Amino acid sequence: MAVLQMQKIHICALKSNRKQILEELQRKGIVQVETDGQEDEIFQKMDTGNTRSAYEKRAQSAEAALKVLERFAPEKAGLLSSLEGKKVISAEEYYSQVKVQDRIVKTVNRILSLEKDLAEARAAQIRAEVTLESLVPWMSLDVPMNYKGSRTTAALIGTLPNQWTLDQVQKVIAQAQPELDAYTVEVLGADKDQTCIFAVCAKADVERLEDALRINGFARPSTLVAQTPASYAEEMEKARADHKKEEEVILEQLKALADQRAQIRFVADYYTMRAEKYGVLGGLLQSKHVFFVNGYIPAKHAEKCKTQLEEKYSCQVQIEEVPEDEAAPVLLKNNGFTAPVEGVVESYGLPGKGEVDPTGVMAFFYYFLFGLMLGDAGYGLIMVIGCAWALKKFPGMGDGMKKMLQMFFYCGISTAFWGVMFNSYFGDIIPIVADTFFGKTVTIPALWFVPLDDPMKLLLFSFLFGIIHLFAGLAIKGYMLLRDKQYMDFFCSVVLWYALLIGLILILLPTDIFASMAGTTIYFPAWLKAVSKWMAIGGAVGIVLMSARDNKNFALRIALGAYDLYGASSWLSDVLSYSRLLALGLATGVIASVINTMDAMLAGALGGGILAAIVFAIIFVVGHTLNLAINLLGAYVHTNRLQFVEFFGKFYEGGGKAFAPFSASKTKYIKFKEEN
Amino acid sequence: MELGLVYALTGAALASLLAGIGSAIGVGLAGRAAAGAVAENPDLFSKVLILQLLPGTQGIYGLLVAFVTLSQTGLLGGNPVAMSNATGLMYLAACLPIAIVGLISAIHQGKTSVASIGVVIKKPDQFGKAMLFPAMVETYAILALLISILAIFAL
Repeated sequence: MAVLQMQKIHICALKSNRKQILEELQRKGIVQVETDGQEDEIFQKMDTGNTRSAYEKRAQSAEAALKVLERFAPEKAGLLSSLEGKKVISAEEYYSQVKVQDRIVKTVNRILSLEKDLAEARAAQIRAEVTLESLVPWMSLDVPMNYKGSRTTAALIGTLPNQWTLDQVQKVIAQAQPELDAYTVEVLGADKDQTCIFAVCAKADVERLEDALRINGFARPSTLVAQTPASYAEEMEKARADHKKEEEVILEQLKALADQRAQIRFVADYYTMRAEKYGVLGGLLQSKHVFFVNGYIPAKHAEKCKTQLEEKYSCQVQIEEVPEDEAAPVLLKNNGFTAPVEGVVESYGLPGKGEVDPTGVMAFFYYFLFGLMLGDAGYGLIMVIGCAWALKKFPGMGDGMKKMLQMFFYCGISTAFWGVMFNSYFGDIIPIVADTFFGKTVTIPALWFVPLDDPMKLLLFSFLFGIIHLFAGLAIKGYMLLRDKQYMDFFCSVVLWYALLIGLILILLPTDIFASMAGTTIYFPAWLKAVSKWMAIGGAVGIVLMSARDNKNFALRIALGAYDLYGASSWLSDVLSYSRLLALGLATGVIASVINTMDAMLAGALGGGILAAIVFAIIFVVGHTLNLAINLLGAYVHTNRLQFVEFFGKFYEGGGKAFAPFSASKTKYIKFKEEN
Repeated sequence: MELGLVYALTGAALASLLAGIGSAIGVGLAGRAAAGAVAENPDLFSKVLILQLLPGTQGIYGLLVAFVTLSQTGLLGGNPVAMSNATGLMYLAACLPIAIVGLISAIHQGKTSVASIGVVIKKPDQFGKAMLFPAMVETYAILALLISILAIFAL
């Protein structure tokens, strides 16, 4: 349980070694490079923006190509494949892949252009289909669509809005042009939107005929081709088939390229790394011949890194302590039991300057409280087995995921422990099954007691656990103050509070209020009562007098002190907040019993036997899965809350910046074997 | 005829009704925001799902209280116990905290979840803090649940 000690590292080296040194640092991944150095006349930063964005663009193309492959040639992925993590590759593989990067980039570009072709082929098919559809009403026309007529006749081809019959068309023509009779008109096809007609008349009459039609909404069709509709349709049909074939060929090609996925992933990561390197390079101060790297390094790696660099390259490495006024980046170091909850601490905020890492103390309470809230042996066992299986099956999973599963593994152990203490095995499944299927009455004694029988007892214990948790938080505050040799602060804001709170608790214990809650009366000897009274009074007076001791104005000092004493009420609400341990614990157990009871009623109605057993099993699995999911979420959220609000509220602020080394770990798909 | 059982059943019904309605509204509010978040960034699915589920617990607390009431009054087993009007009204009163606080807190928790989903969209790494805001609202539902349960067990 500690914040890893950091040191500052300064490297000054010749520019001729720049590439090797930066790549070595990136591979090691133990130095956080600072890029906020001030430029002057000699030392300037290099503009690497263009190179960097070029690499970023290549990485993006590779990602886009991967997406295309995923769309058209999806990879078979298991349900839990997200746990598999990054692929580990050796330095040898790395360099052999780097050599062929140009070929892979060509593949990437080919995939992207194939995607474009594919989109075009698909669009062309749709265009052909639309044209085909628009040709349907014209199919009975046996002259080309742009037919104008013969030497002496003129032809009108077009549409009228809405549905017309031949009679109606002739009637409107007769009405508009009564003396026009040397014409013939034909209805080619009609639907409710339009009617396609073909009309022929003597050349001299064409204007009159067209007028007659036009006032009724006649319009020439939009596609005028020099072909009969039937042969044009045939052409379109062929075009559609061709584009369809084209599409299939492209899809085949894309599928054939799918086996290059691994290489494309490699280049995507490779270019991301290169881009990051150029980002760092752009932040370094450089003169004509030398360059500087300034940064932070964990103290335990510092000396080794210095000797390695100085042996290999002509450079000067200097290690120094982090100055007092600088906040070093934070890297936590914990053991296997406590490290899993680092993620929880991180999500609140890493320890700020001068704060201790709360992970160790928190881990114990985290598992303890989580188990108490879920509190069922069956659910605990499922968590333990599930997490252990996943951890064993996917060793390459990401660090965050690994910690999370380890955390739930330990929480599962605690959950199972409390389940045994409270006699909860999937709620009350054992007596229910015994009663429903075997007609026997089985009772398992609880190791401690059954919360449903005596909720007040568990409520009081919840408060007790809460007080211990909160006092532990105050103790850590005390530890930090003692470590920093602030003895006066330690006395005023820790010792006095302990005195006041313990005094108040001791005063409360022998009272009737407590007796009515606990069901038993506690008798204290007179001297203990006196001690508790004076502890509380002493603590309270001390807090009023001392908490604002920096203030010169005495009246203000007392007023501020009194306000601080009012903070005791927040302790009350903090302790009451632990009643959720009881409420959530009961919720798990009672809902599990609801499921079991309904299950048993249904099985009872089916009258036992195989069918009843099957139905029972199905409802059991579905019901308890749901209950576990919901209560797991509840226990997780509320354990976090108790840690963040109640526990951290006593001593912890967070606000530290995470250690972000210049490394090759920001890749998405691959991980390099360490070769340090 | 004594109406005790009627009152007790009304209490159980109110607990599951009101708390359930509240949770349905709350989860619905948060669900709409969560769907928007996933549309923008599918990777956020598991995070916003957790935030969406947070206002769902009140409904479960209501169910819990209703179930305990039904089983205490024997309605669940099919052998209702005879009870006086006063006892029935006491069961009704005991159910009210989770019914009313459940209804109102779930709606507010849903709104807080929506805001927290907004946080997660902009800063996915701040999920831990974002989760805390809706959990704060839930505290009062838990306190109400506690009083309801303690009162029913004491009857």
